[in-house]
Amino acid sequence: MKYIIAIIKPFKLDEVREALVALGVAGMTVTEVKGFGRQKGQTEIYRGAEYTTNMLPKVKIEIAISDDLADQVVEAVQQAAGTGAIGDGKVFVLDLGAATRIRTGESGEAAL
Amino acid sequence: MIRKVIKGATASAVAFGFVASSVAHAAMIKAPTAAQQVTMTNKGDTAWLLVSSLLVLMMSVPGLALFYGGLVRTKNMLSVLMQVFMIVSVAGLLWATVGYSMAFTTGATPALTPFVGGFSKALMIGIDGTTSATTFSNNVYVPELAYFVFQMTFAMITPALIVGSFAERIKFTPLIVFVVLWSILVYYPIAHMVWYWAGPDFLKDTPNEAGLLNHWGALDFAGGTVVHINAGIAGMVGCLMIGKRLGFGKEATPPHSLTMTMIGASLLWVGWFGFNAGSNLEASGVTAVAFVNTMLATCAAAVSWALVEQIIHKKPSMLGAASGAVAGLVAVTPASGYAHPMTALVLGLVVSPICFFFVGKVKNKFKYDDTLDVFGVHCIGGITGALGTAIVASPALGGQGVTDYTQFPSVLTPGYSIAAQLVIQLEAVLITLFWSGIMSAILFFVIDKVIGLRPAAEAEQEGLDITEHGERAYNM
Repeated sequence: MKYIIAIIKPFKLDEVREALVALGVAGMTVTEVKGFGRQKGQTEIYRGAEYTTNMLPKVKIEIAISDDLADQVVEAVQQAAGTGAIGDGKVFVLDLGAATRIRTGESGEAAL
Repeated sequence: MIRKVIKGATASAVAFGFVASSVAHAAMIKAPTAAQQVTMTNKGDTAWLLVSSLLVLMMSVPGLALFYGGLVRTKNMLSVLMQVFMIVSVAGLLWATVGYSMAFTTGATPALTPFVGGFSKALMIGIDGTTSATTFSNNVYVPELAYFVFQMTFAMITPALIVGSFAERIKFTPLIVFVVLWSILVYYPIAHMVWYWAGPDFLKDTPNEAGLLNHWGALDFAGGTVVHINAGIAGMVGCLMIGKRLGFGKEATPPHSLTMTMIGASLLWVGWFGFNAGSNLEASGVTAVAFVNTMLATCAAAVSWALVEQIIHKKPSMLGAASGAVAGLVAVTPASGYAHPMTALVLGLVVSPICFFFVGKVKNKFKYDDTLDVFGVHCIGGITGALGTAIVASPALGGQGVTDYTQFPSVLTPGYSIAAQLVIQLEAVLITLFWSGIMSAILFFVIDKVIGLRPAAEAEQEGLDITEHGERAYNM
C-alpha cells in the first residue's frame, strides 16, 4: 500500500478529483494549506501598506491506495494539476504500513 | 448649510435649469409667529427631511460599521461594530438631553451665542409637533422634530467616524466616556458655531443671532468642517496619544474582509444623499443640485483613486476604489449645494490623489498608526473640500454664490471673491482643527490617567472581540 500526498494549486482540485475518481480511487482527504517552494510569495497592497506574503495558499490531497494503482494515481495528479507554470505543486509517495476501517475492523488493502 | 441662494432668485439659479418658482415677495411675512410658521411647512419638505434622516442613520449603521469592520482583523471585527453601534445610540440619547439645545439655541448669555447654545431646549423642552425650524428660504419652515432628528443623525455619525483612527487598541468603556465628553465639549459647540443662526426671516432684525463661523460667512453646506475635519483631527490626536498597535510595522495586519468594506462604502455612498441633499432641508432645485454634485464627485473620486493606483502600483484595488468614493463624498460635502456639477466632478478628481498621498506616503513616512485612515481620508478630504468650496461656489464658475440673509427677503451677495472666501474657509478650518485637536488631546489625556485607554498587551493580542465583549465575530 502507498500513501500519496499531493500539494496542488487550489483551483485544480476539481479536475484532480475527477481524474482520480475515473481511476477508481475510492476516497481522499483534502486540506487547505499554506506554504512556499520555488514560487515566490506575492505582494499585497492595502492603501499603501505593502505586505509580502511568503506563504501561498495550496491544497493538500492525501490518498491511501493499493500498490498497483500508485503509479497511475501519481500520473493522473500530475496531468490534471499541471499548468506548466511555477508553483504547480508536488506529489509525494510514501509506503503505507497498515490501514484499518473503523466501522468493520477490516485491515490492509480491504480497508482502503 | 449656510448662506446659499434662494431658489429662483438669481440668474445663476436659472442657468442651472431649475424651474424658478415665483416667490411672491410682496406677501412675505417678516419674523412670522410660531402659528404662522406652521402654515409655512409643507409635506414634501417634511417627507424628504425624515427620509434623509433615515439615510444618514444608514450611513452609520450598518454603512460605516461595515466599512470599518471589514478593514480590521477578524479578532477585532465585533469591537468595531459594537463601538459604532453604541456610539450611535449614546450620541442619540445625548442629543435629546442636551445636544440639540447646545447646538441650536441662542447662548446662555449673548456673549456665548457665537460659541455655544444654552439649555433652553434641554430634555426637548418646548419642542413638539407644532414647533418649526427655519430653512434657507424666506417663509419656508420644517417641523422642528424633523430638523431635530435630522441633525441628530449627524451628531451620531461624527463621533463614530473617530474610532477608525485607533481601531484594534482601545477599551470600550473609556471610548464611550470620550464620546460623551467630546460631543459636549467639541461637537455641539462646533455645530453651533457653523450652523446656528436666527434664520432668513429673522436675521435682519437680529444680525448677531448666529454662530461665529456662520456669522463670518464660512460655507459648509452639509458638514465638511463640523463632521469630517472635526472627527478627522480628533481621530489623529487619539491615534498619536494612544500609540501604535502592538506589532505595527512588523506583523501583517491586512483587512479581514474587503467584501464587507465594499458593502459599507456603498451604503455610505447611498446614505450620503441624505447627508448632502438632505442638508438643504427643503426638497427643491438646490436639493437636486446637491444630489447630482454628490453623485458626480463620488464617481470621479473613485475613478481617480483607481487611476492613481493603476499608475503607481500597476493594479487598481477594490479598497482603493472604495477609499476614493469616500474621499469624494467627504470633499463634496461642504460644496454640494454650492458647486456646479462639473466643478464638483473636478473636486472629486482632485481629492483622491491628495488623500492617496496622505494614506500611502505621508503615513508611511511619519509612521503614525491611523488604522483606518480617518485623518488621511476624512480630515484631509474635508480640508480639500472646505477650501475647494470657496472656488466652486463662485458664480463665475457656475456656482451658487453666497446669499445675504441680513436682507429681507434675502438677496444674492454681489461681487463674489474666491480669495476672500478662501480666507474665511481657511479660518473655519483652522478654528476647527485647533478646537477639536486641543480639546481631544485634553480628553484623551485625562481619561487615560483616570481609567486608562488601552487594553493590556495580552488582551490586545487576543483581540478585543473576546476580551472586551466576550464573543467572536465568526464561529466556524
